Amino acid sequence: MNKILKKDALSENIVQLEVEAPLIAKARKAGHFVILRVGAQGERIPLTIAKADAQRGTITLIIQQVGVSTRHICALNVGDELTDLVGPLGKATHIEKFGTVVCACGGVGTAPMLPIAEAMHKAGNKVVTVLAARNKDLIILEREMRQFSDEVIVMTDDGSYGQKGLVTNGVEAVIQREKVDLCVTIGPPVMMKFVSLLTQKYNVPTVASLNTIMVDGTGMCGACRISVGGQTKFVCVDGPEFDAHQVDFDEMISRSKAYN
Amino acid sequence: MANTENITSLRSEAWREELRKSMKAKERTDIPRVKMPELAPDVRSRNFEEVNCGLTVEQALQESKRCLDCPDAPCMAGCPVEIDIPTFIKNIERGNLPEAAKTLKATSALPAVCGRVCPQEKQCESQCTFLKLKKEAVAIGYLERFAADADRHCGLDPQSPEKEPNVGLQSDVEQGIAGQARNDNQVEIAVVGSGPAGLSFAGDMAKLGYAVTVFEALHEIGGVLKYGIPEFRLPNAVVDVEIENLRQLGVVFQTNCIIGKTLSQSDLDEMGFKGIFVGSGAGLPNFMHIPGENLNGVLSSNEYLTRVNLMEARKAEADTPVWLGKRVAVIGGGNTAMDSVRVARRLGAEQAMIVYRRSEEEMPARIEEVKHAKEEGVIFLNLYNPVEYIGDDTGKVKAMVLQKMELGEPDASGRRSPVPIEGATETIEVDEVIVSVGVSPNPLIPSEFQGLEVSRKGTIIVNQDTLQTDLKTVYAGGDIVRGGATVILAMGDGRKAAAAMHKQLQTSYQLPVTNNCKLITGNW
Repeated sequence: MNKILKKDALSENIVQLEVEAPLIAKARKAGHFVILRVGAQGERIPLTIAKADAQRGTITLIIQQVGVSTRHICALNVGDELTDLVGPLGKATHIEKFGTVVCACGGVGTAPMLPIAEAMHKAGNKVVTVLAARNKDLIILEREMRQFSDEVIVMTDDGSYGQKGLVTNGVEAVIQREKVDLCVTIGPPVMMKFVSLLTQKYNVPTVASLNTIMVDGTGMCGACRISVGGQTKFVCVDGPEFDAHQVDFDEMISRSKAYN
Repeated sequence: MANTENITSLRSEAWREELRKSMKAKERTDIPRVKMPELAPDVRSRNFEEVNCGLTVEQALQESKRCLDCPDAPCMAGCPVEIDIPTFIKNIERGNLPEAAKTLKATSALPAVCGRVCPQEKQCESQCTFLKLKKEAVAIGYLERFAADADRHCGLDPQSPEKEPNVGLQSDVEQGIAGQARNDNQVEIAVVGSGPAGLSFAGDMAKLGYAVTVFEALHEIGGVLKYGIPEFRLPNAVVDVEIENLRQLGVVFQTNCIIGKTLSQSDLDEMGFKGIFVGSGAGLPNFMHIPGENLNGVLSSNEYLTRVNLMEARKAEADTPVWLGKRVAVIGGGNTAMDSVRVARRLGAEQAMIVYRRSEEEMPARIEEVKHAKEEGVIFLNLYNPVEYIGDDTGKVKAMVLQKMELGEPDASGRRSPVPIEGATETIEVDEVIVSVGVSPNPLIPSEFQGLEVSRKGTIIVNQDTLQTDLKTVYAGGDIVRGGATVILAMGDGRKAAAAMHKQLQTSYQLPVTNNCKLITGNW
């Protein structure tokens, strides 16, 4: 049913899988995610759809190996099947012509950013992408992001590639040189928090795509709940994208460590 | 609604009259109500084995003798699917278990489930004549479970319908359809959700000759029967047998498919579905929106039970984790709260507490579950309501602040409403809180289906008699129409909708198996 057709290593710990999923490929839009499960004892984990090909009936998932489930997924090979795959889930990204859009992504957060940059680009926006990672080896999808970006700024913590510095340094440089109409940020919660604090300072509207703990992904449990503007929201059905300036990132960071 | 003529004629059959005469009413009423054998509390509170062991044959025979076979059968009025209760019980008394099971299955798609989880004391057993005689009601639920279980264990369930020796009204139908490949003449019907409402609807429609496909969002079939109600109350194996029966009737199940997301309303139309039944339930957990509710260690009962039941987080080999709190508070007084608190106990909680804002009398949970919870050492904090949770410096819950309550005047629903006693609060240490204060309708279908009329509470509005929505081909039932209710009411809705949809479709399509319609005519 959900057979793996292609597998590529994007870096030491990051794997890209092309999976047979015709219905999801047809229905999905930028910003949507899936829940998948590997093995009879597997847990349900959320992953954003990085690419989809409706004609071929496939979706592409990019997975960083961080724990038990991602290890199981990364160990799968071409021809293997996912035990369960359901989607597309969540609300699609709100796409319109904003003007200049900065896509600020860190590490494996580039994968969910890819379809958003593509859609923003197609809607006529000027897309400036800031790609950030700890070091050169962890920069992924640079070629693909360049396809949909008017400019790509690469930042590494150790300066091993592009400029030395954090994602916020790259974003701030853009904001200081030109008017930015929207910033979209996806990456580790701490990174999104600091991007949000920065853009708030400059009054740049900012959307963050949140990656919380999930179980069902359909709104029936509330494991993914967060506070947005003082209200409790479920990331799986109300999100995953929210006004970053309204998100309580400290609470989200704390909740993301619940089972560590 | 019930086919009274048929029931009266069954009652006047010779064997039954003879059975009635075989014992004096006084002798029958003098028999004490049976006690269900159960696992000892100290054993069962450490495992997930089913607590109720089921009646022995002797017990079931004895209990069946208590039933007076009343001419007006008031018990039936208390059953949402109007099971012919005296007929199935008298069949037990005469030792004909296949007939007893057949009687159950004529109106109930999941008797082994309902015998276990129905709140009988509020339904069938609440109408039993014995209560008027100041005696305990006949144990209808226990007997239903006994007949359904015996049927399953003896292989008499139509799992392999061709082997079924007792071919009656229903079995004719089952035999005709079971195992048949779908043919082009069959009218395609879609069911959204595989909980009790959807399963009961699917069973009836398949028996009527429709090609039924059930779409389920999760990776397992059964809805709340799988993710919600724990193994110690309803073993998954029992549910799986009932689902297998539906497969044998030709029902196709499609898991991991979310109607409104994976497939849209227009996709279903294009695929040729002529009728849609929405049984998507009330899966959205309510929270109280009090300070600290998003601390780690505070979770909804849906999340907790899904992790433990569906994802089997209690087992070491499962990848899904779950909190193993030592001092666990469950907020609420319904069945879900009882399930959660008893799960917490089984996962090693030293103190498992129910916090409920009313008194025990007002608790909506089944009396038996409350009793079992108490025997298992659950602590009841009645007339308390949480107002705040306090966390430690890592963001983990460490205490709850409880407001002491008293009962005031009865509210619109007739229940006395809880009123805070000013200044009376208590702080109690906890390391896990499970919020079980009700559920709301799943918003997916109402928001994705254009033109559905929805109430302020988010339930789908239907014609009360036919369960048809204002979209002509779409019917709905169960919790998506009622809000959080019971398994048996959901099943009753499934049956009602099937009968009504069949009536509507019959006029539009040449149905290939019209002879099977006798199953429903007369019953509805």
